[in-house]
Amino acid sequence: MTSQALLDDGWELVVGLEVHVELQTNTKMWCGCSTVFGDEPNTNVCEVCTGQPGALPVANEQAVRDAILLGLALQGRIAERCRFHRKNYFYPDLAKNYQISQYDTPLVTDGELVVEVTGDDGGVERRRVGIERLHMEEDTGKSLHVGDTGRLHGADRSLIDYNRCGIPLLEVVSHPDIRDPETAQAYLRELQAVVVATGVSDARMEEGSIRCDANVSVRRVGEELGTRTEIKNLNSVRSLGRAVRYEAQRQLAVIQDGGVIRMETRHWDESRGVTEVLRVKESVTDYRYFPDPDLVEVLSPPQRVEEIARRLPELPAATRARLTGLGVPREQAAVLVANAAVPVFDEAVAAGAEATAAANWLAGDVVGQLAAEDLSLAASGLTGAHLAELTRLIDDGTLSNTLAKEALAGVIASRGASSPAAVAAERGLEQVSDVGELQRIVDDVVAANPDTVAAIRSGNDKAIGALVGQVMKATKGQADPRKTNELLRTAIHG
Amino acid sequence: MALPPDEVRHVARLARLALTDDEVAELAPQLSRILAYAEHVGEVAADDVEPTTHPFAPADVTRPDERRPSLSRDDVLAAAPQVEDHRFAVPRIVSQEG
Repeated sequence: MTSQALLDDGWELVVGLEVHVELQTNTKMWCGCSTVFGDEPNTNVCEVCTGQPGALPVANEQAVRDAILLGLALQGRIAERCRFHRKNYFYPDLAKNYQISQYDTPLVTDGELVVEVTGDDGGVERRRVGIERLHMEEDTGKSLHVGDTGRLHGADRSLIDYNRCGIPLLEVVSHPDIRDPETAQAYLRELQAVVVATGVSDARMEEGSIRCDANVSVRRVGEELGTRTEIKNLNSVRSLGRAVRYEAQRQLAVIQDGGVIRMETRHWDESRGVTEVLRVKESVTDYRYFPDPDLVEVLSPPQRVEEIARRLPELPAATRARLTGLGVPREQAAVLVANAAVPVFDEAVAAGAEATAAANWLAGDVVGQLAAEDLSLAASGLTGAHLAELTRLIDDGTLSNTLAKEALAGVIASRGASSPAAVAAERGLEQVSDVGELQRIVDDVVAANPDTVAAIRSGNDKAIGALVGQVMKATKGQADPRKTNELLRTAIHG
Repeated sequence: MALPPDEVRHVARLARLALTDDEVAELAPQLSRILAYAEHVGEVAADDVEPTTHPFAPADVTRPDERRPSLSRDDVLAAAPQVEDHRFAVPRIVSQEG
């Protein structure tokens, strides 16, 4: 196992993750301010989210429903009654000087997530990670540190935008069940997929709508848990893996050197690949949690929970199993699930596309192009019907693979306004299937390359690829490769 | 129960209050008296009585997820000690809290 290579024999890594999910509600957790990302600074701010005297928070019904939905998707138990606490601390990104959070009565307890990792033998191993709790809280404002470095250390002032302050946030706390960096990464990826499937958040790490902190410790196998450090600033699944690996080895080195691990918060520096002390952690009592007197308990009667449970979508593990059952490779199935592309896939298959072809286009070109343009599938306008039409145009020989890619790009560029056939017609992408014209080009290419032709005749069959390439170039990629091959062989071998 | 001076300093630090030694000496007995008063609750608290967080009976109070106008940015920033780029400018955040 990889974790054995990570630490010396007899030592074990222990990781628990705290994942924050920003909900995609229209309004904030306690007030009617908009949650739109990227609005002008301090334009979505009111008395409630800045904690002005006398302002009263009221819970957002949709946020509670979303939290219950995610809790159910994580197999958790929903508390029939739960309350909110004030977590008191001074930090300028929170104007109230306390964060409304949950303390002793989280909305959800006892969940779990089963993740898949690739084992030593290359096979799939399933690992269960317990979820201790999922609770509701509010996000903080966004600080911009200005000064010499632009980072927290060394900044001489901070500029605060409170637009994000008060956006509903769910904190999902795992048990320290994770023993290696790969499982930590798989957990984060799977949780992201579950969040996307339930639709409660777009779960985009780059925009901070899902954020992850890692609690890391090491111990001798079989002993009590060691002192943990909390690592912040993990902005991607990749950073999580790197940071956990680094921190495990750092802690073991400190211990083997006779030192002790302090309970502290550390900052992951992505460019230098190290963790650094951010602050010594305040103890829980220092936060002086107490029930928020401005808020009543949230009630989740069983019949409401049952009604929400009926809206549970197919969960990622089940979707992947269904897709692989249709012949889609496991990796592609995972890509489709992670990118919320399954509805488009299903639509394409229903419209007549072959499952493997539809998955191949979606997991490859479509996801690639969307990532390059930083576009969501929904915003691209691409539908399953488009995809089915695209595969049909390839099957009937109208478009080569190369031309189909261009048609697909055209559909996305038009945000779905033009179909693949329309794009092909507009851009004149149809393959040159006029044999007369293709024959003329083939003859020209054969005449211009006597050496290659001779090589092919003397048995170097692979050299024909170069000639196919030249025909393609002459036709700007519009020749049917199969037909070209056929005509070239006839011209060369007679 | 007399509150030890260190505990008073700790609580003051959490509330970001700077106390002189004289003030600590003056406040310790006062805070102790307040704690003693609150401890009376323990005399009547029983295992079968659920802690009360506020006087209202459980009520399902939520609001629909509908937008309402926010404050104008000028009003929001009027409360800022200093403004820069339409944001609240505050002294650099100290990294070591503990």
